[in-house]
Amino acid sequence: MTEPLLCLKDLSIAYRVGTHDTIAVEGATFDVQPGSIVGLVGESGCGKTTLARSLTRVLASNARIAGGQAVFCGEDIVGLSERAMNGLRWREIAFIPQSAMNSLDPVYTVGSQLAEVLIRRGGMGRRAARTRSEELFEWVGIETNRLGDYPHQFSGGMRQRVAIALALALDPKLIIADEPVTALDVIVQRQILDQLRELRERLGISVILVTHDISVVAYVCDRVVVMYAGRVVETGPMAATLTAPAHPYTMGLRNAFPDLASAAGELTPIEGSPPDLANPPPGCRFAPRCPFVEARCQTDVPVLQSYEGDHLAACHRIAEAETLRKRAMASETWEVPA
Amino acid sequence: MSDALTPVGKSPGRFTRLRRALGSIRLPLHDPLAIIGLAIYAFFIVMAIFAPQIATHDPNEILFTSEFTIAADLRPGVDGYLLGTTTLGRDVFSQIVWGARSALLIGLTAAFMVALIGSVVGVVAGYFGGWVDMILMRLADVAFGIPFLPFVIVLAAFLEPSIWNVVIAMALVLWRDTGRVIRSQTLTLRNRVYVEAARVSGSSDFKIILRHIVPNVLPLSFLYGSIAIGWAILTEASISFLGFGDPDSISWGYMLQDAYASQALSKGSYYWFVPPGILIILIVSAGFFITRGYEQILFPKLDR
Amino acid sequence: MNDTDPPLVRLDAAELHFPIGGTLAQLRGSATVVKAVDGVTFELRRGESVGLLGESGCGKTSTGRMLVRLDKATGGRVEFDGEDVSTLTGAALKRFRSRVQLIFQNPFEALNPRFSIRDVLAEPLDNALIPKAEHEERILRAMALVKLGDAAQFMGRYPHQLSGGQLQRIVMARALILEPEFIVADEPVSMLDVSVRAGVLNVFREVRAKTGITAIYISHDLALVRYVCERTIVMYLGRIVEDGPTEDIVANPLHPYTQALVAAVPVPHPDQSHAPLPIGRGAPDPRNPPSGCTFRDRCPKAFDRCTVEAPSPTRIQNRIVHCHLFDLET
Repeated sequence: MTEPLLCLKDLSIAYRVGTHDTIAVEGATFDVQPGSIVGLVGESGCGKTTLARSLTRVLASNARIAGGQAVFCGEDIVGLSERAMNGLRWREIAFIPQSAMNSLDPVYTVGSQLAEVLIRRGGMGRRAARTRSEELFEWVGIETNRLGDYPHQFSGGMRQRVAIALALALDPKLIIADEPVTALDVIVQRQILDQLRELRERLGISVILVTHDISVVAYVCDRVVVMYAGRVVETGPMAATLTAPAHPYTMGLRNAFPDLASAAGELTPIEGSPPDLANPPPGCRFAPRCPFVEARCQTDVPVLQSYEGDHLAACHRIAEAETLRKRAMASETWEVPA
Repeated sequence: MSDALTPVGKSPGRFTRLRRALGSIRLPLHDPLAIIGLAIYAFFIVMAIFAPQIATHDPNEILFTSEFTIAADLRPGVDGYLLGTTTLGRDVFSQIVWGARSALLIGLTAAFMVALIGSVVGVVAGYFGGWVDMILMRLADVAFGIPFLPFVIVLAAFLEPSIWNVVIAMALVLWRDTGRVIRSQTLTLRNRVYVEAARVSGSSDFKIILRHIVPNVLPLSFLYGSIAIGWAILTEASISFLGFGDPDSISWGYMLQDAYASQALSKGSYYWFVPPGILIILIVSAGFFITRGYEQILFPKLDR
Repeated sequence: MNDTDPPLVRLDAAELHFPIGGTLAQLRGSATVVKAVDGVTFELRRGESVGLLGESGCGKTSTGRMLVRLDKATGGRVEFDGEDVSTLTGAALKRFRSRVQLIFQNPFEALNPRFSIRDVLAEPLDNALIPKAEHEERILRAMALVKLGDAAQFMGRYPHQLSGGQLQRIVMARALILEPEFIVADEPVSMLDVSVRAGVLNVFREVRAKTGITAIYISHDLALVRYVCERTIVMYLGRIVEDGPTEDIVANPLHPYTQALVAAVPVPHPDQSHAPLPIGRGAPDPRNPPSGCTFRDRCPKAFDRCTVEAPSPTRIQNRIVHCHLFDLET
């Protein structure tokens, strides 16, 4: 196995509210191989956006990395000085924030916004920047004669492509995209996802795709990282993880998503809601909603352990995963007694 | 989840609704300047209410000394006149105290009229749009064109000099700012999804305005009302100082005019014109402090 | 459901056109017209649940708004129970409002943040002049219908204290409290987390099963529409392109646009096709729709007739398709 591009080990991020520290992400551990698309999936509030932002160290002013490592190309980003980190941003690691299509400056043409990144950060000359801009637009599938247009002249999907072009500008090794297709229509969504796959083929870049939609993950990702209440609960190759999940939360997630390809079945929600991170339950954080909960789940924190090769899950009952999977497919398992 | 229907309690009565709407008006108790402003207002309100008890004499009464001469231009402290007397022999202190009444009376009435007219115009124009909006905003434009102080003077020339001239003038002209701002706010509110939801639920325009628009607009009305109090008092003072005020009612502005006409400055009678000047400054500043406190409540992101 | 019963809802060449540009431009006639809905015709029978499916700009939301009289049709006819919806006034309008309701898309915006939940649910009752004595019972019934049976704990709370899923159920409860006959749901779960959607959708299904209410479900997500609706109407740029039973449309889409839509939906497991979509790139712009068939500039199967003539509805088995490919009479 090749050296991973990014290796997270026990990364923790805390928010300070008043005098109190809330741990938004705790002990996150997973790898990103070069040239792979990793899906970071979970509900709102599970910490996936916070984790994504921490990888370029653009966190809110009251947030900080509280522990662990994030080793990128052999260097731990956590300990880097701001100046060194700035050298990495855009050039090695690029971040596409949520609703990036709305974050384009409306008073400048998209061409000039692209040029600004290329010239200011990439140190290119004007002509080189122009050539590169045209190349980037070709890569993301926008006509090059639109470089002189303003953001409002593009549709939502096109603006999202512009955001991707901006991220690709300086040839980064890793792109972190936060919910890049959530606000888009299904046809545009599919075209953007296809674009990401093509870029992976052509340029060998890696992508961390943050999303709450496992169908998007199933379409485009090689690996999945499932987060719940600030912790990584499962990670593994996409096919194995989604067809044979080892963590009850992932099993439940599958039931909550409609599947157009198979017969119309029941959608079973996971009752309840994620815990308040200011006051998390001891032991496993999913225990209050888990249909397979045992006594030790409420006291001992489960650690990520290998289920099969590089498919890992954090569940005390991991050995029984196959049996639990079968039970999870029945909707009665998920009913909460009155 | 049991199937038994648990009672939900009584629906709120009319008074709860009123209380809740008024509850949208909060006192700006977080800002130290605003608290000072509120304290100053409280002080003046007490002074106004208890004027008969606090004042030592009748402010209009021409007083005599023990030697049966007019108690004119007496220094403070002489003969028990706390702040001395005017050239005509009237007690300055009592005039100050009773002046608080006219100041507050005019201030509050004018502020109420401005806030009321401005809010009604703003809500109607903003909500109904179309030609109603156009007509009302043209009226506002006319009002904007009128220079306020000259207008009051002209009004005083036509009507009898009275402290209510200021109130009438303000009611006719100064609603314009409030009207504009409240119209903007109403326009924003009108397009809110919950207002559309109310329409789909069958609410009539009147009910929508009452339930959804007014409670959200009331804090702004209050804000502009509190700005108007200061203006009213200042205007009344100016009018009285210029000699167009009501000679029969004692106000601080009138005191200033009286002092000026009696050449108090050259006589060095500071005890006469300094107190009313200071009090005018105090009450108007207090009004602005409170207004500032409200701005922070209504638009909390302004400071950052 | 008797086929000979008159339809409950009927649209006949309904149009919703918005002029943009100021009054001067309109007077001059040079203003651009946004044809949000451009000639839509369909019928709904009592008890049917129909999905209105399409991407942004297709006119599905505008159609929904015309159906509940939030916008008046600028052309054609919108009928509910035989009456023209756009011309209702006074008492007739009031009665209409208690028979037809809308579930809004964004639960965080659809409730007045100053209103307690009890206020929210009492508002429609007040409007319909339901006597105060009946309020409590109706509120309880509506809450039970949306599976918030332990209603008392919600009554005094305010929207910011509740989760998205709970809020959306309250929006539904508000829509159902007057026991309407027809409900339009405008993308009711699109603002919710995907794991919460299932719960709300199940409530929707149960409400339909229990009350037999007629429903239109507006969405851009075919998988969701399929979960809730037996019949689907696919729209593109203000017009209908296909109308038929949902399962048939999913299994065998006829119109090229529907084919692209079905192929574009990702599924939550690895066995899926990554083949390129059979559709041209480009965004539908209701200000400047192509002549003839509005889909022709993106259609992989367009031919010369498509530029000239808008397709008329063609009946194929139990479906209606608006496409020249199926319109064999020249």
